[in-house]
Amino acid sequence: MTGTAPETGIPAAYTPGPRPQRETAEQLRARIPGWGADLDPADRPAVPRLQSLETGARWDFPERQPEKWPRERSIEHAVLTPVFGTSCPPAGLSGVIRRYSYRRFGEGRAAHWLLLVAADRVDAWESHLRSFATLRPDNPVTQTGVRSELTHAGLSSRIGRKRADVGHHLLDPVIVAGPWVAGMGAAYVGVRRVLRAVRR
Amino acid sequence: MRAMVYRGPYKIRVEEKDVPPIEHPNDAIVRVTTAAICGSDLHLYHGLMPDTRVGTTFGHEFIGVVDQVGPSVQNLQVGDRVMVPFNVYCGSCWFCARGLYSNCHNVNPNATAVGGIYGYSHTCGGYDGGQAEYVRVPFADVGPTKIPDWMHDEDAVLLTDAVATGYFGAQLGDIVEGDTVVVFGAGPVGLVAAQSSWLMGAGRVIVIDHVDYRLEMARTFAHAETYNFSEYDDIVVHLKRITDHLGADVAIDCVGAEADGNLLQHVTSAKLTLQGGSPVALNWAIDGVRKGGTVSVMGAYGPIFSAVKFGDAMNKGLTLRMNQCPVKRQWPRLFEHVRNGHLKPREMITHRIPLEHIAEGYHIFSAKLDGCIKPLVVPSAA
Repeated sequence: MTGTAPETGIPAAYTPGPRPQRETAEQLRARIPGWGADLDPADRPAVPRLQSLETGARWDFPERQPEKWPRERSIEHAVLTPVFGTSCPPAGLSGVIRRYSYRRFGEGRAAHWLLLVAADRVDAWESHLRSFATLRPDNPVTQTGVRSELTHAGLSSRIGRKRADVGHHLLDPVIVAGPWVAGMGAAYVGVRRVLRAVRR
Repeated sequence: MRAMVYRGPYKIRVEEKDVPPIEHPNDAIVRVTTAAICGSDLHLYHGLMPDTRVGTTFGHEFIGVVDQVGPSVQNLQVGDRVMVPFNVYCGSCWFCARGLYSNCHNVNPNATAVGGIYGYSHTCGGYDGGQAEYVRVPFADVGPTKIPDWMHDEDAVLLTDAVATGYFGAQLGDIVEGDTVVVFGAGPVGLVAAQSSWLMGAGRVIVIDHVDYRLEMARTFAHAETYNFSEYDDIVVHLKRITDHLGADVAIDCVGAEADGNLLQHVTSAKLTLQGGSPVALNWAIDGVRKGGTVSVMGAYGPIFSAVKFGDAMNKGLTLRMNQCPVKRQWPRLFEHVRNGHLKPREMITHRIPLEHIAEGYHIFSAKLDGCIKPLVVPSAA
């Protein structure tokens, strides 16, 4: 089907239209469950965009949740919001970077977000290193779920499937393992240099 | 309690955490009975969303039983079975007072550009999510709804985000009878957007993806015409050829930040975090829709800039519409559609994963193994 008007051979885009229809409303109603149930554009939940609805709120401004530590917030907010999440307060070097990013840059600045991404990576390394001092160190095999490649059709889900993402799947192990390999390499070089210096 | 925790990009595990306390008089603590992994959870899992902290519990699609309520809660009681919209919202700020629940200004101190979302990084408020045995639910009188007796739990959990978002995406397309609609992405949101386009009177629904089993689902479940973009040199040219050289009337992006189809775009965003997201599907939507048409964006993108083709959007006179879905606004109509059998959400569920095996669940979903379309997560105490 090319969408070309049969009487002229010229596609509809080059003529006044309308666009040729493939099926009538009756045919669609017979073929598709519920076809046209929301046909009236004015009778849809998202229309109009702004609506005053009963929400269940009995307050104009909610009671404030106690602030148990100085809660970081966007400088685009006038005040701390009355309710907020309390997961994972900022800590360590990543916390210093996060607090600086919130204190210094607004949401429109790329520096704000790039610092937060950098803090995320620092946080991951801090957490990995801390985990080695516990009885449950990080384990990249169990935590990546990569064993499911063996139990859930890892190869057959990809081979011969014309999937566009298979090529860059090879990058995933590099992203996960690369920093570990680089870190171990740097540690090895560092230790070797220290030992050489001591021997001299 | 047992809870999924993030340990860094591509790494999660299950840990013992404290049951969350009541932090505000209108809080409830919900014992989670079923949760789901959303495609947008993968953006967190892959480390793409700024301020995703190690130790955070993900999960914004969940249902459960009320375990505790704060002193000001009136609409819920301990023991109620509830479904919780993914939006955390107060119900009273300037935005909530106008129905924009996903844009609430009273729940996310970390950013003004986005509202609160359970388990979706500190950029979305720093709330732990529902891939755990218990979760804190703020504004219990506003967000949660008791699950109707007739509704299946697995339908209910999908209504907390994926179904509502797909339905909302079709609405933002302003579809009129006979329209040609193209949906990019055949994941759960795309499948529901395609189904919803029919409900709104579309004359033709086209779904584009590159994963064969998802395209098969788009044909059988969503009754759509499908194309695998990896079989075409230029999917936009093909789309023009099959749509009278007009393009589609409406295009819906249901892919978001990790779109494939352009290796440079994908790697610079999804692997190197130099963009807020890979805008491949969004650019195809802009180029594939007709002049004067509408692009609806349901795919999630991060707050860093992305290389979007705004010049084409301007020159074509497009209407671009987008938002995080205000879920509860959609529910009364969606309940009707589920009850009438127009929508059958739970038919999209392919995997039910014990919480203790959630690391495998994320990998299976992320790598699209084993025909995975929608995985649920079941806590051991459920």
